[in-house]
Amino acid sequence: MALVEIREVHKSFERETERVDIFTGLSLDIEQGSFTALMGPSGSGKSTLLNMIAGLDRPTRGVIRVGNAEVSSMSSAQLAGWRSQHVGFVFQQFNLLPVLTAFQNVELPLLLTRLSKTERGERVKIALGVVGLQDRMHHYPRQLSGGQEQRTAIARAIVADPTLVLLDEPTGQLDAKSSQEVLNLLTRLNEEFGKTILVVTHDAHAAERAKRVLHLDKGTLLEREEALP
Amino acid sequence: MKFFPLLLANLGRHKRRTILTMLSVALAMFLFASLRTVVTTLQRTGEFGGANRLVSMSASGFMVFLPVSYANRLQAIPGVDKVTWANWFGGRYGDGKRFFANFAVDADSYLAMYPEMSVPADQKEAFLRDRSGALIGARLLDVFGWRVGQNVTLIGTGYPGDWTLTIRGVYTPTDPAISDDALMFHWDLLDERSGRRGDAGWYILQIDNPGNAATVARAVDDMFRSSSAPTKTGTEQAFNASFATMWGNVSLLMNTIGMAVVFAILLVTANAMMMSARERTSEIAVLKTIGFTDGRLFVLTMLEAGLITVTGAVLGLGAAKLLYKASNFNAMGFLPGFDVTTSTLLLGAAIALVLMLASGIMPALRAARLPVVQALRTVE
Amino acid sequence: MKIPILYNVRSMLRRPVSTALTALGVGLVVAVFIGMLALANGFQAALVRTGSDQNVIVLRRSADAEINSGIERPAASLIASSPHVAKGAGGRALVSPEAYMIVPLPRLASDTNALANVVVRGISEAAWEVRTNIQLLAGRKPETGRAEVCIGRKLAGRMPDTNLGETIRFGGREWNVVCHFGAGGSSFESEIWAENEQVLPVFKRDVFNSLTFRMADPRGFDEVKRALEDNRQITVDVHRESEFYASQSQLLGAILRILAILITSIMAVGAIFGAVNTMYAAVSARTPEIAVLLTLGFPPRSVLASFLAESAIIAFAGGLIGCLLALPINGIVTSTTNWASFSEIAFSFMVTPALMLAGIMFAVIMGVLGGFFPARRAAKLPVIQALR
Repeated sequence: MALVEIREVHKSFERETERVDIFTGLSLDIEQGSFTALMGPSGSGKSTLLNMIAGLDRPTRGVIRVGNAEVSSMSSAQLAGWRSQHVGFVFQQFNLLPVLTAFQNVELPLLLTRLSKTERGERVKIALGVVGLQDRMHHYPRQLSGGQEQRTAIARAIVADPTLVLLDEPTGQLDAKSSQEVLNLLTRLNEEFGKTILVVTHDAHAAERAKRVLHLDKGTLLEREEALP
Repeated sequence: MKFFPLLLANLGRHKRRTILTMLSVALAMFLFASLRTVVTTLQRTGEFGGANRLVSMSASGFMVFLPVSYANRLQAIPGVDKVTWANWFGGRYGDGKRFFANFAVDADSYLAMYPEMSVPADQKEAFLRDRSGALIGARLLDVFGWRVGQNVTLIGTGYPGDWTLTIRGVYTPTDPAISDDALMFHWDLLDERSGRRGDAGWYILQIDNPGNAATVARAVDDMFRSSSAPTKTGTEQAFNASFATMWGNVSLLMNTIGMAVVFAILLVTANAMMMSARERTSEIAVLKTIGFTDGRLFVLTMLEAGLITVTGAVLGLGAAKLLYKASNFNAMGFLPGFDVTTSTLLLGAAIALVLMLASGIMPALRAARLPVVQALRTVE
Repeated sequence: MKIPILYNVRSMLRRPVSTALTALGVGLVVAVFIGMLALANGFQAALVRTGSDQNVIVLRRSADAEINSGIERPAASLIASSPHVAKGAGGRALVSPEAYMIVPLPRLASDTNALANVVVRGISEAAWEVRTNIQLLAGRKPETGRAEVCIGRKLAGRMPDTNLGETIRFGGREWNVVCHFGAGGSSFESEIWAENEQVLPVFKRDVFNSLTFRMADPRGFDEVKRALEDNRQITVDVHRESEFYASQSQLLGAILRILAILITSIMAVGAIFGAVNTMYAAVSARTPEIAVLLTLGFPPRSVLASFLAESAIIAFAGGLIGCLLALPINGIVTSTTNWASFSEIAFSFMVTPALMLAGIMFAVIMGVLGGFFPARRAAKLPVIQALR
């Protein structure tokens, strides 16, 4: 059984008087331990699909299952709890709370668990170690470079040991060198730690790293074995 | 608890705004406590009164005297243990700018009637022995720089002429509702200098059993009802309470202003909270993505408002309590025992909570209801 | 060049809630300011209006209030026959010997422990003429030899048994209410008037408390004062009637004013903080716009002026709100004990145009103070950073 099962999902928006269909009857499987890139033009619904997998949005019709959870039909309170344990999410920007240090930012998901302060501290250090930022633990986001911020965001995304790591345009605001750092990290998370990764991206380099590339255009999902130039 | 660092960090985002808002709350609570204490102090002076003491004055008002010959007849009434009397003198000292109560008393019986006025034994003796002696409240030592043994001259207003007395003793009240800045001298001296008219201002009676108050009071009034100087007798507390009502609607005034103050501060706090909330849309979205529930964010926002209001309240209420205590403030004698009561502090705490709820409700609802997806669109 | 005010107005309207809250906060402070000073004004006005500067009031030496004074009949006759006393129609001396008593009357019919110390003034026929501005409002004057009283306008109807035809009880006797009188808003309107001969025996007195007369030469006050005070046959103090009553309002009036200033100052600080917060947030939110304005060539000082003006406008609006809030209390009658005379005095809140103007100016000052630092920050904005 695939980790993520998307079945006959429809999604439409009401914009003033007209109804816009983003996709109709989309189906997709994502295997455990896979590294998938989702590409496509703006407005094609890539982010929407990601949000629905994370339980942040609900399909108009259809079912989405992640692991044992039928995400498409859970209540928002249930989803919140489920998310804190099973999903790590990284955005293009504004991931980190500027008033908290890197350490405190990474700790956030663990505040929702019953772990003691010491236990939380250990996990945060491990996560920051994985992304290579242990020496910057007590820095504030404004003291970090763009790439370092994103790596901290990734540390936060994995600190609770989630099943699924979702990233929405993680390298969009970064320069070439920082992008490299982030993408190396993703590869390592997938190959060394077996994390299932789904990245929405415009970046060809990011798509390169993925083992599977999907294209979403006008509601249709196409599969490519390798990235298009 | 574990979310405390997050709350503190949020407040630290705009330190200036947080501090200004807290100070505003503190100021408002200080004002509120002060206003309310005027009301409670007046109330307390109105409630003071020995449970076993009655006051008997002329039925026609305090301007009419009672014959001093009543003393023996009052003593003979069943239920009456002790009798004493006093006359209002109302003399001026110096330029008269600093008012203080001064009256003539039947010294021996008066001191026996009021054990709440504590006087050192030797000073008491000296006062009783000297017919032109005076007994003063401890505060007057500071106010005028008087010393025991010193002569002071009062200018009579209702009783004309200059009256020179020698300070023989200092009393300290054991109950804060009794003013500590009064002056007493011998009724005998007053009577002699005003032509032995035998006028007593009012009588104070000590009864054996507080339960008999109404019966004894009625007995007194009945005894003198058809004489040329009828009396009106009531408990000492009722007597003091009626004095407190002379202030008129002061309570209403203080309470109204107090409400205006609280309301004004509510506006300031709510404004500050809403400004913070508006700036945090994307952060709230991120927190929800991590898995913070709507309910949790609601509570956290409320608590943030609460930290501001409670800290401000503690500062303001604490300052009021300490300041008035330390400075021994008594509004120049008009408000003896001016002290912020526990009930005022509790009321202040309750207001702080209401402020938290009222100023936090809009931002908290906003945070709870924030549609993550919409907010995330602005994030990217 | 100046930034058009329209920009500020539109910006304020884009943040309606924040603007409204700030204005309302200022408004409350102004309302309390006006309210409390209206209280002080009303109280002092009642006493200042009492008494004419053409009259003189004579009290026993060192007596600071009518209640403490006593003038025996021989002394009274002596003064009345003095050439300093003006003569009225028919050659009668315009002199009014009066008794002054304070009686405890219940404020409400329901609670006999809530007392007010009301002044009962013993008068003769002359009082109606000598004391100025006295008008009969209803009924007829008390007749000689009868236990009848005339009640001042501010007492009538506010205390039990004071309506025409009712019977009021004090001093161990019952008195018929036969008239109501007005006294031009002065403190006499809080008094009960009755015939001297009726009142004195009830209170076991046979001396008057005061003597008031019209000066034959209104400009000769100093001479009158010297003549009477130097006269060895009597021991009196002579005061100009208007000054005497005005001085009785000093203490309480001063206390009310000090209280007003203290309370509103503290509230004002809070309101200013609110304005500071609002304006800083406004500057923050509009940073890109400010940068554009500066780039276009508007000098920094007009940016400063613009934001100061905005803050002042919000505060001005608050001032208007405050005036509206305070206006309804104008004319409300309240009462308290004037400790200087130990008597009850009823007076009305007095909201004057001058007071409202002061309130609005106070509001604008708060706005300018609150807006200063934020406006300065806007003016000093480093343009490059802001445009990023």
